[in-house]
Amino acid sequence: MGHYIVRRLIYLAAVLLVVSAITFILMHAVPGGPFDQEKRVPPEILANLNRRYHLNEPLPVQYSRYLYDVMLPHFTTNPPKNTVDNDFLINFRISKLWVQWMNFGPTYSSRSRTVNDIFRQQLPVSMQLGILALFLAIATGIPLGIMAALKQNTIFDYLGMSLAIFGVCVPVIVLGPLLVWIFAVEMKVLPASGWGSTPPFLFGVFPQTLGWDYFKFAILPVVALGLGSSAIIARLTRATLLQVVREDYIRTARAKGLLERLVITRHALKNSLIPVITILGPLFAALVTGTFVTELIFGIPGMGRYFVTSITNRDYPVIMGTILLYSVFLVIANLVVDILYAYLDPRIRYD
Amino acid sequence: MTAEIKSIPTGTHAGGAILTHKRENLWQDAFRRLLRNRAAVVGGVIVIILALTAILADLIALMPYDEQTLVDQNKVPAYMVKLFPSMKPYAKISDKYPMGADYVGRDLYSRMVYGSRISMSIALIGPLISLFIGVIYGSISGYFGGRVDNVMMRIVDVLYAFPGLLFIILLMSFFRSSLSDPTPGTLSYMLGQLDAKLGGMLFIMIGIGLTAWETMARMTRGQVLSVREKEYIEAAHMLGVSDLRIMFRHILPNIIGPLIVVETLAIPGYIALEAFLSFIGLGINPPMPSWGAMIADGSRVIRTYPNQAIFPALALAITMFAFNFLGDGLRDALEPRLRGTQ
Repeated sequence: MGHYIVRRLIYLAAVLLVVSAITFILMHAVPGGPFDQEKRVPPEILANLNRRYHLNEPLPVQYSRYLYDVMLPHFTTNPPKNTVDNDFLINFRISKLWVQWMNFGPTYSSRSRTVNDIFRQQLPVSMQLGILALFLAIATGIPLGIMAALKQNTIFDYLGMSLAIFGVCVPVIVLGPLLVWIFAVEMKVLPASGWGSTPPFLFGVFPQTLGWDYFKFAILPVVALGLGSSAIIARLTRATLLQVVREDYIRTARAKGLLERLVITRHALKNSLIPVITILGPLFAALVTGTFVTELIFGIPGMGRYFVTSITNRDYPVIMGTILLYSVFLVIANLVVDILYAYLDPRIRYD
Repeated sequence: MTAEIKSIPTGTHAGGAILTHKRENLWQDAFRRLLRNRAAVVGGVIVIILALTAILADLIALMPYDEQTLVDQNKVPAYMVKLFPSMKPYAKISDKYPMGADYVGRDLYSRMVYGSRISMSIALIGPLISLFIGVIYGSISGYFGGRVDNVMMRIVDVLYAFPGLLFIILLMSFFRSSLSDPTPGTLSYMLGQLDAKLGGMLFIMIGIGLTAWETMARMTRGQVLSVREKEYIEAAHMLGVSDLRIMFRHILPNIIGPLIVVETLAIPGYIALEAFLSFIGLGINPPMPSWGAMIADGSRVIRTYPNQAIFPALALAITMFAFNFLGDGLRDALEPRLRGTQ
C-alpha cells in the first residue's frame, strides 16, 4: 500500500508537469500580452512592465523559473521577508533552516497582491461551498437511495426517484436563477447573492461563525450545486442496494434469524456503498469545478470570478496557479477514493 | 452499423420446436423495446419537436432574433402580470410579444426559437466529435495493446487530471484570440471566418470535442479488449483480413451499442456546457441567441422581470429532461443488463 501511494504521488508530479506545460503553451500561444489595453501603454513603460514580470525572457526560461518557484522547496538560513515576489503558500522552519514552498507569483491585476493572496482569501470561500455541497449530496443522496430501494415500487420510491431525475436533469444555471426567483424575489426569505463569511478564516478554510447569518447566504448556492450530485448518489445507492439484497449472503443472514434492521445495516449497506464511494472521486471533481458556475450565478466572492477575469486579462500567474491547484485537488481526490476503496473491499489489493 | 445476428437458415429450432415469432435483428428489437418505454417516447417526441423548431426557426419565429425596438424594452404581454403579480406597478403591457421583450426590445419568444438551433446543433455535433476521436483513439489503443496501449492510455490519464471546465474556458479564449488572424488566406483566418458565420459555434464544438473524447476512448479500449480475444476475430486473422478491416467490420459493430448509449447520456452535459459558456460570455457571439446567454441577461433583471430568465431556463430544463429520458430509454433498450445502474 505504501509503495502504491508513493507511486501515485510521483504520478501526481508528472501530471502537474504536463498540465503546467500545456497550460503554459496555450496561454502564450495567444497573441498579445497582459498589458495590451484599450489605452495603449507607451513602449518604454511596456518594456519596464515586461521586465518587472520577467516577460521579456525566452519562454523556456520563464517556464523553468515558474516551475522552480512553485514546485521546488526553497531553503534559507535567515528569516525570509514577505514581499510580492517572495510570498510562499507554505512556510515552516526546521531549527535554523527556513523552508518555503509554492510561490505562485504576483498577479498582474494588482501591484500589491499575489496569487497566493487570492488563494488565501478567495479559495476558502470556494472550498466552503464545495464541501457543503458534497456534504448535502451525501447526506441526502444516500438516505434517499436507501429509502427508495427498501420501499421499492411504492410512493416513496417514485417520489424519491422523480426528485433524483429532476436533480440530474436540471443544471446549475437553470436551478440557480429559479431558486433566486422563488426564494429571494417572491418569498424574500433568503438573499439573492453574496457570501456569509470573510477572511480571516479558521484554519485558513472554515468560517469564523456558523449561524443563520452564514447559512442564509449558503443555502441557495449549496442546494443548486449539490442537488445534481445528490441525485446521482441516490440513484446509484438504490440500484446497488437492490442488487445486493438479492445476494446469497443476505439470504443466509436472514436464514440465521437476524433482525431485518441488522441484515440491512450490517450486511447489505456496507457492500452497496462501495460503488457509491468510487463515484465520489468524479463527483468531487464535478463539484469543485461546479463551484465556478455557482459562484458566478450567485455572486459569491470565490475563485470563479477571478479565474474568468484572469483569462480575459491574460493574468498568466492566476491562470496557471488556479489550473495547477485544481489538478492537484482532482488527483488527490481520486487517490483518496482508491485508498478508501481498498479499505472497504479487502479483495482489492494494490501492489 | 448493422450487427445482424445471422439466423439459423431454417425456421426450426435446434430442439425441433418451430419458431413462431418474426425474426428481428438487434436494432429492430431494441427499437421495439424503446417504443414500449413511455418516458423515452415522450423524450423522443420532445427532441423531434425541438429539432423541427431548430430547422424551421425562420417560419416559427415572429421576428428576426436581432430586431431591436428600443421603445419596447422590457415590455410584457398582459398574462405575464397575472403570472408575476409583483410586476404590476411598473410593467409596460404590449401583446405584440408572446413572452415579453428583453432589455433592448427584442422578442424573447423569437430569440428562444432561434436559441434552440444552438442547443440542438451541440446535441448533434458534440457526440459525433467525441465518438469520432474517442472511438478511433480507443480502438487503436485496445487493438494493438502492449506499449502503444500503455503510452496512449497514460496520455488519457494525464488529460483526465485536467480540470475540464477550466481547460475549456482556457481553450475558448485561446481560439477566440489566436484564430482570428486578420490576414485573409491563412488557415486561422478561414477558421475565424467560419466561426463568425456559425455565430461562434465552431469553437464551442471544437472545445467540447477536445475535452469530451477521453471517457469515450477509455470505454472503447475496454470494449475492444473484451472482444479482441474472441474466436471470430482469431478466425478473421487466420483468413488474412487486414487490421483495419477487422477493426471496422468485425470489432466496431459489436461494441458500438454501449458507446452510443453512453454518448446519448452525455448529450445533456454538452448542452449544459454550451449554455454555461454562453452564460459567462465565452460561447455564442451576440446577438446570436443562446439559452445560456439569455439566462445570463435575464438573471440581471430577475428582480424586476423574472420572465426574461425563467422562460429560457425552462426551455433548457425541458430539453435536458427530454434527452435524459431518451438516453435512459436507449440504454434500457440496447443494454438491458445495465438497467438502472446509472
